[in-house]
This record gives sequence, structure tokens and C-alpha cells, in this order.
Amino acid sequence: MKAPRFHLVRPRDLAEALDRLAEPGGLVKVLAGGQSLGPMLNLRLVRPDLLVDVSGLPELRRVGREDDALVVGACVTHADFEDGRAPDVGSGMLARVASGIAYRAVRNRGTIGGSLAHADPAADWLSTLSAFGAEVEIASRSGTRRTPIGAFVTGALATTLAPGELVVAVRIPQVSAQARLGFVKHARKIGEFAHAIGAALVDPERGVARAVAGALDAAPLVIEDARELFDRSAGFDRTEAGRRLAAAGLADTVDRHLHVEALGRALAEAFDAPPGLRRAA
Amino acid sequence: MNGPAQPLEPEGVGARLPRKEDDRYMRGRGQYVADIKMAGMQDVAFVRSPLAHARIRAIRIPDDIRAQVFTADDLDGVNPIRAVSGLPGFKPSEQPVLARGKVRQVGELVAMCVAPTRAEAEDIAERVELDLEELPALHDMLRAREPGAALVHEHWGDNVFLETLVDIGIASAFDAPIKVSRTISTSRQCMAPIEGRGAIAHVDHRLDQLTVTTSCQMPHIVRSGLSECLGIEEGRIRVVAPDVGGGFGYKGILLPEEVCLGWLALRLGHPVRWIEDRREHLTASANCREHHYEITVYADRDGAIRGVDCEATVDSGAYSAYPFSACLEAAQVASILPGPYDFPAYRCRTWSVATNKAPILPYRGVARTGVCFALELALDAVAAEAGLPPEIVRAKNLVRPEQMPFDNITKKHFDSGDYPEALRRAVAAIGAEDVRARQKRGEPDGRRIGLGLSIYCEQAAHGTSVYSGWGIPMVPGHEQAGARITPDGGLELRIGAQSHGQGLETTLAQVANEILGVPVSQIRVVHGDTAMTPYSTGAWGSRMMVMAGGAVATAAKALADRLAAIGAHLLQTDPSEVRFEAGHVVGRAGDVSVAQIARVWYRRPQDLPQGVHGAGLEVTAGYKPVRDSGTFSYAAHAVVVAVDPEVGQVEILDYVIVEDGGVLVNPMVVDGQILGGLAQGIGTALLEEMPFDGAGQPLASTFADYLLPGAAEVPAARIDHMETPSPYTQFGVKGIGEGGAIAPPAAVTNAINDALRPLGVEMLVSPVTPRRIVEAVLAARAAAPARKDAA
Ligand SMILES: Cc1cc2nc3c(=O)[nH]c(=O)nc-3n(C[C@H](O)[C@H](O)[C@H](O)COP(=O)(O)OP(=O)(O)OC[C@H]3O[C@@H](n4cnc5c(N)ncnc54)[C@H](O)[C@@H]3O)c2cc1C
Repeated sequence: MKAPRFHLVRPRDLAEALDRLAEPGGLVKVLAGGQSLGPMLNLRLVRPDLLVDVSGLPELRRVGREDDALVVGACVTHADFEDGRAPDVGSGMLARVASGIAYRAVRNRGTIGGSLAHADPAADWLSTLSAFGAEVEIASRSGTRRTPIGAFVTGALATTLAPGELVVAVRIPQVSAQARLGFVKHARKIGEFAHAIGAALVDPERGVARAVAGALDAAPLVIEDARELFDRSAGFDRTEAGRRLAAAGLADTVDRHLHVEALGRALAEAFDAPPGLRRAA
Repeated sequence: MNGPAQPLEPEGVGARLPRKEDDRYMRGRGQYVADIKMAGMQDVAFVRSPLAHARIRAIRIPDDIRAQVFTADDLDGVNPIRAVSGLPGFKPSEQPVLARGKVRQVGELVAMCVAPTRAEAEDIAERVELDLEELPALHDMLRAREPGAALVHEHWGDNVFLETLVDIGIASAFDAPIKVSRTISTSRQCMAPIEGRGAIAHVDHRLDQLTVTTSCQMPHIVRSGLSECLGIEEGRIRVVAPDVGGGFGYKGILLPEEVCLGWLALRLGHPVRWIEDRREHLTASANCREHHYEITVYADRDGAIRGVDCEATVDSGAYSAYPFSACLEAAQVASILPGPYDFPAYRCRTWSVATNKAPILPYRGVARTGVCFALELALDAVAAEAGLPPEIVRAKNLVRPEQMPFDNITKKHFDSGDYPEALRRAVAAIGAEDVRARQKRGEPDGRRIGLGLSIYCEQAAHGTSVYSGWGIPMVPGHEQAGARITPDGGLELRIGAQSHGQGLETTLAQVANEILGVPVSQIRVVHGDTAMTPYSTGAWGSRMMVMAGGAVATAAKALADRLAAIGAHLLQTDPSEVRFEAGHVVGRAGDVSVAQIARVWYRRPQDLPQGVHGAGLEVTAGYKPVRDSGTFSYAAHAVVVAVDPEVGQVEILDYVIVEDGGVLVNPMVVDGQILGGLAQGIGTALLEEMPFDGAGQPLASTFADYLLPGAAEVPAARIDHMETPSPYTQFGVKGIGEGGAIAPPAAVTNAINDALRPLGVEMLVSPVTPRRIVEAVLAARAAAPARKDAA
């Protein structure tokens, strides 16, 4: 389990990085935290000719607020959120998600941009940022573009990133003070990837009630109007949730049950349901 | 008086001393195989079979790498690994160190590639092309047992290494009012020491020895194995086990890789190294634990067991592993299934089945974890049937203290102990009454509370009389220890086994300190090197404290006699007039310290009188307990869990262990052994499983798929010690190395079943994963929709 031979460059700035990414000939890969790419290299599942290490680029470590959104550089790490070095959208929402990703050693290096670009369906950022309606900012030598996560991720480990393109930032819309995040991650043990994720953001002031079922074998299932599945007096419509998950390709009944549970519990939390309606079952 | 300052606190048997070896481990100064650098050393990567069962049509090696690649055809004069058991009917397998003709498991070695670095060796390995004709693969031991199944070893005619049967009057139990039958199984596991395997081979021309430095538990046995396979006399082989990062049984085997490397070093003349990586560890190297039970317990209404009837099958994998053989596990099931219980009738049939999987090895607890799981789950089913609390059923059947020493139904000789007391203490400590009250009230979050118990006994340090019966390549006899007083009054101990994390550098020093009074800081334990230590079968079977401890005590006593004799000379008195006390020889008129005696013996022999005995301050002594049928330690485990039936999540809320390991040499080390075993037991109970697909492909190739318990999954258990001495050993010690890993799967699963029983759910397969729980809950709901409201 040793990586095959490759070349590694560490560009000084974004422009140089984009130049190197555009180099013709052979497979060029971006290296950020290396927490997904590293194992894939060692297992020889990917054989790049050139690795462009972007983790030191100052442009990719910036965080700021712009047009009612939090703009987070692609190389901000999970630990940056967990420790509060990177600002949050709502009170501790991103920190909560970040601190549930993997183990501390992985969070120290793993980046938000790398996580989205890798597009593992079980990744925590992918589901939660979908619930936030976040956008991805992408740069290449020929310019920049912006795309909602839903359009960016096209399937398991698949995105619309073209050769020569780099994720530079993630734009997360601001939420109101009343906004509530529901987030449920079913994993076999602490620090493991999810087997089912339910995420829901309910922010009446901004007209948001979005739910996400994640850790499917495909891109997350986004339900733009979560009130179709959850009613504060009637509770969670698990039959309808099950129907939608089945339609999204989730055929296995046990898997579907777990996903329905995760979704129902996330919705109950986001809608601040009374205790009697908290449990999906 | 000069000599080393005596520590203030006692350091001998019973002291809670911090472990000496931890200083280097905690500072990252341990020296493991992969830390060793040698001039000219090259790395080896193996080409391994991608298929579980196939005929080798051709191995194609491009010309430009031909000199760096070796196959079975190159290995002239190398013999296959043969681990034969003497049990009647055993069919031996021949494991070629590089595959010949056929491959029988995924990961089997086919070719050996050598290059300056491992990455380059892997580059070469990738370019070796295997032309394989796939054969039907056996991945299910029950099907492999059936007539007409494909054959792992064609000339056998079936796939059974060994079948055994004992029947001790089972028919007398058939009229019992309670008859409970269950199908119970434990999944295949990979032992997971933090350090994997690894070996360096080089030729020491000065000593005319092939030196194999390997991460192993039994250097002397590996030496014999290498000698048999390579056809070299044992004196020309030296095996060194340096620091070893955990063994657990995984390193109690002669590896084909070790044989290959030995051959390669002799062939190439420069050092060669192979360091196992995680993928090799998980998908290619030895496995453990896969048992299947069809068990029936007959009982009276008051819970008294009338008889146990069982058919047990163990998936032994493709080859018989050296030295323990392919049948140790299954055949042992038959002898230990009765556990700590006394009942009158018993039948057990076992099969050791060959499949297209890696060989099975005895993992910490060996067959006990499986039999404890089977019997303890079945006993809870009996309790449910009888309408009795599980502790009542157990108490009814446990061996009683007044029966000790006790020969059970399979003639296991229990040396001492009070099993009902351990159970009583565990039930009290866990607060069974309160837990059951809470269970009745129900949880606000909808989770369900369950209480689980399990109790076992652990036979340890069983010796010649037990192992000669198995007839495997290794039978332990007297354990030897070397002891030498250094000229400055320190002590060197030499033992032939290997300490791979158990703390023997500390505990053996404590034993010697108890007798000689030399401070533990001045006692060094040399181990793990065939050139520097007496012969030993190694560290396995929880035997080291009893056997190596006994040998060290025997050697230390011999030294004490010699020190006393010389000391008496120095005190100008008769040896019968002196006694040995706290590092001094004390006479009527004064005393001399060990250091003073040593100084005179080595540095000022002119001060010794004529006629002093010449044997000196160095001895090698052998030891066997008064009876070598083994010590019996035991424990009762009690656990409380909260189970979320909708998502199958299990949280351990409380865990109590009441353990009796005889006299404890170092209670802190014993706690460490118990807690480490507990972590592994939790892994067996809830997480660890190596699944295979229909083609015999192992499906977990990284730790992302093969889940081990982490800090968050292991509870902070409360441990209570009882200390019933063994009547047969030095100081009354017993072996305790494995027990921690035996009881948890049964205790945790019984707790889960206690929580879910009202839903009509009973879990009978380990690990009890969320998926298995949810599957069972949904199935129970589908079968009896009415229950949902009742629950
Ligand atoms: C043991 C372990 C457990 C884990 N558990 C979880 C978990 O529970 N939840 C979870 O969400 N994740 C988990 N992860 C994954 C982790 O979060 C990774 O950090 C993340 O998937 C990748 O981020 P990275 O910065 O390390 O990217 P890298 O590994 O460097 O790169 C990943 C991929 O993205 C590409 N890439 C990286 N950055 C960019 C960019 N800016 N633009 C374009 N392409 C880019 C790379 O070329 C590569 O293909 C786990 C990882 C490990 C090792």
C-alpha cells in the first residue's frame, strides 16, 4: 500500500496553482488535506502524474461575509470550524457538524473544499451544506463560476468540476437568529462515515424549510419544502418519506428504515417538535 | 553498608508498580521490526492471489524484472508448512510458502518481489501477471461440509480437517421439562494488534546464522518451523522478536512470509525486509473466531441444567496453521463448552472445516469466547423459558466452592475458586434491582434498557499433559529461566518467550524481587531472542505469569541459595546459620548485601575461602506447576445497555467485572489485561466482522470497513478482584491474559436481548450490528404487528 510515483508541486499563489492545474499531459490532481486522496493514492486507486498541493494557498484559507453569505475558503479545515477559528452561520451550527466528522487527526487536515470536491455521498458537509442551500465557487485560468451544491454534485464521487478547475470557496447563506438546524448522523461508531444522514434547516423568517436525506449511494436527496413531510401538530409523515426515498432508489427496507428515522428525527429537531412527536417511530 | 538503595515501597508480588517498559514505549523509543535499519537492506512485496480458489495456469514475469521476482519454482529445497495434529482422523494440509499449482485463499503468496523500497517492490509486483483458472470457492463452512462441495484439498475427498464426538449420557436429559434449542454464531474476525506482522532476514556470517527478526510471540517455535521448511539445522538459525506491538494470537504462527524471507536472504546475501500492511493484514493473513453452534440445553423448571447437546462447526480456512493446527479451536470447543457449570449429561460433535479463506488462529480467549457466547445466550433463553432471572439459573448450576478442586464433565480440573460469589458480587455491583426498576419505567427517549450477565472460566498455562494429547508440532514442557547476578549486584533474567505488551519486563522482575530483594529498577528481563534465552514455546495460552514466573522464581531461589552460601563465607559462619532477607544475607553477627557478595565473587575472588563452590551466580532453572492441567481463573461480567430499536444503536451504560485471577503479581497490570481484553470483547460483540462475498472475496480491506472499538466505544468498566490462590503454582498465581475478551460478547448480547425481548427479538449472531438489530425488529413487527402496541 505505497503510492505509485508522482510529482508534487506547492504553488505560492492561486494564479500559479491554476497554471499548474492547466498543464497538459497526464493526470493532474488537487491535493488539499489529503484525508481522502492520501488513502486513495496508497491503495493505488488513483495514479496522478502531478499533484498540486493547494493547502498552503492564502486565498483558499480566507473567511468573510459577503452579500448576506458566509464565504469560506476551500482549505478551511473541519477543525477550524470546530474550534471556532472560522466564523459560523448560526450559533454553533457548522461547529456542530464539523466536530462530528471523522477523528480529530482527520479534522486537523481535512478541508471543506476537499470534502465537497470528493463528493462522497456519506460526507457530512455535503448533506448539511445542501440543507443550507450553499454554493460552490470554482476558478480556473479562464475565470470563475458559481454553482449550487445540488448542481455541483452529480452522483457518488462525481461533480461537474472540469480539468483545470479548482474549488476556491463555499458560500453559505446567512440564517436568522430563529433558524434551527436538525442534524442526525447514523454511524456504526464515533468518527466513522455515516450510514444515514438526516439534515433539516428551518428558518421561517427567511422562508426556508429544507430537508436532506444523505449518505445514499447517490447525491443527497433534497426536499425544498420540508413541510410536505413534517407538520408540527401531526408530526412526521414516514410513509411519504419512505416513498420518496424509495423513489430515490433506496430499495433495501432496512436501509430505508434507517434513513427515514434519520430524516424524521432531524425534522423533529429543526421544527422544534414537542417531545411526543420527536421520535419518528 | 553500601550497595543499591532499597526502594521504600515493596516491589515484589502484589505491588502495583508502573510498568518498566512503558518508559520507552511512551517516549516513542520502542524498537519494532519496521524501526530497524540495516545496510543494504531491500524491501519485499508479494504478489498475492486475487482469487479465493483457482488453478494457476501461468505466472508471467516481464524480462526486465525477472531477477527481482521469485516464484515456487525458484524455491528449491523449501518444504511446505505442515502443522499436523495427532488427533485420530486429522487430515493434514500442505501449505506451500509460495503457491504451487493452486491457490486456496485470497491473498495467498504467489510470487516474491524485491527492490530497494517497498513502493518499487509494489511497482514490480503489479507487473507480474497471473493466469488463473477460477474454481468454485468455499466461503460458507456449513456448505463446505456437505457432500458434493468443491474441494480445497482434492485428495481428502471432503473438506473436514477433523470431526470429533463426545457423548456423556446425553439421552438421560431428553425427558427434561425445558428444552431450548438455538442456532448461534460468531462472525469471522481479524485480530488487530496495533503493529502488524513484519520480518527482516539477514545472514550473519560471523555466527554462521540466518537471523530472522520478526514480530512474533514464539521465537523458538518459529526457529523450529524455519528449520523444518528451509532444511537448515536449528543452530544455524537465530530468531529475534524485538519490541512487538501486540500479539493476541495473531503472532503465534509460522508465516510463509518468514520462510520466504529466510530463503531470499540466503539466496541474495543482503538483508531483506517485509512489513505487513493493513490490507495484507485484513485480507490475506490469519483470521479467527468464526464458529457456528446448534445448541440445545435441557433443564428442569428450577433452572437446573440436565444436559447440553451441541453441534459446533469452525471455519478453519484453507490451511492448518503452524504450530496450533487447524483443529485446536473446534476440538477445544468440545472440551470447554460446559464452562463453569456442573451438569450431568453432555454431547458435542465438532467439525473443523476447510474453506477458501485465510487460516484460523486462536485469538485471545481462543475457543472460549465462542463457547461462552453460545452457552450463555442459551442459558438466558432457558431463564426466559423457565420464567427465572438469569442470575438464578446460573447460580443453580455453577460449580460450588466446596467442590474444589473439581473435575467437570469433560475432566477439566478446576483448581480453586468461588464462582457463585463472583456472580453475586457482579449482580450486586451492577445494581440489578435498580436497573430492572428503571427498565420497567421506560426511557423518555424511547430507548430500551437491558441487563446482561455472563460468566466463564479460563484454563491457563496448561502444559504437557494437555498438549501432548493434541499431538501438534509444539508441546510445552518445563519452562526455563536464566538468572545471573551482575558484578554490581543487579540481576539479569532470560526467558524464551516474548513480552509483546503484557508487561513481563516488570512482573517477572517483581517475582525475582520478591525472592532476592534486588530492586526492580536493577533487574533486566531479556526475552524474545533464541540466541540469548532458554528454549520456550512462547507467550500464548495465558501461560507466562504461571510458567515464566514460576521459572524465574525457581531460578531466583537457586541463586538465593548460592548467595547465602557465599554470604555465609563472608560472614564467617555456617550456611545453615544465615537467612536471605530483603536483598541481604543475614547471619547472627551481621549481614552482607547481594551487591557485596557479587562484588567479591566477580571482582575479588581472592577474598573467597578455598573450597567455595564454583557454580557461581548464574543459573538456568526449569519449572512446571505441581499439576500442569492448567490454572482456572474466571470472572462474572454484568452490563447495562440502552438500545434504540429503531436505528439499532447500542450504548453501554455500565459495565462491571468481578474477576478471580488467583494471587495477582501486579494488580495494575492485571487491570490493564482485563481492560484491553474488554475492548476486544466489545469489538467482537458489536463491531468486528470480516464479511466475504459468494466468490470468497474478503470485503473489508481497510479499517473504514473493518471496525474496531475506539475510545468512545469502550466503557470505563468497574473491576472487583477476588484472589483465590491456585494450589498448584508459585505464589498461587493464575493466568489471566485472555479472560477480558471472553465474556463481553455474551454479556452485551444478553443485555441487548433483555432489552429487546418484549419486542419479540433475540439476537444470536455476533457482532450485534445496528443493521442486524433493525432487521430483527422489523421482522418481529412484520410477524406480529400487535406486539408493536404492546411494547
Ligand atoms: C478515517 C477517516 C474518517 C473520515 N470520516 C469522515 C466523516 O465521518 N464524515 C466526513 O464527511 N468525512 C470523513 N472523512 C473524509 C474527510 O472529511 C476528508 O477530509 C474529506 O473528504 C476530504 O478533504 P481533504 O481536504 O482531505 O481533501 P483531499 O483528500 O486532499 O482531496 C479529496 C479529493 O478532492 C479533490 N480536491 C481537494 N480540494 C479541492 C479543491 N479545492 N478543488 C478541487 N478539488 C479538490 C482532490 O483532488 C481529491 O480528489 C474521513 C476521512 C478519514 C481518513
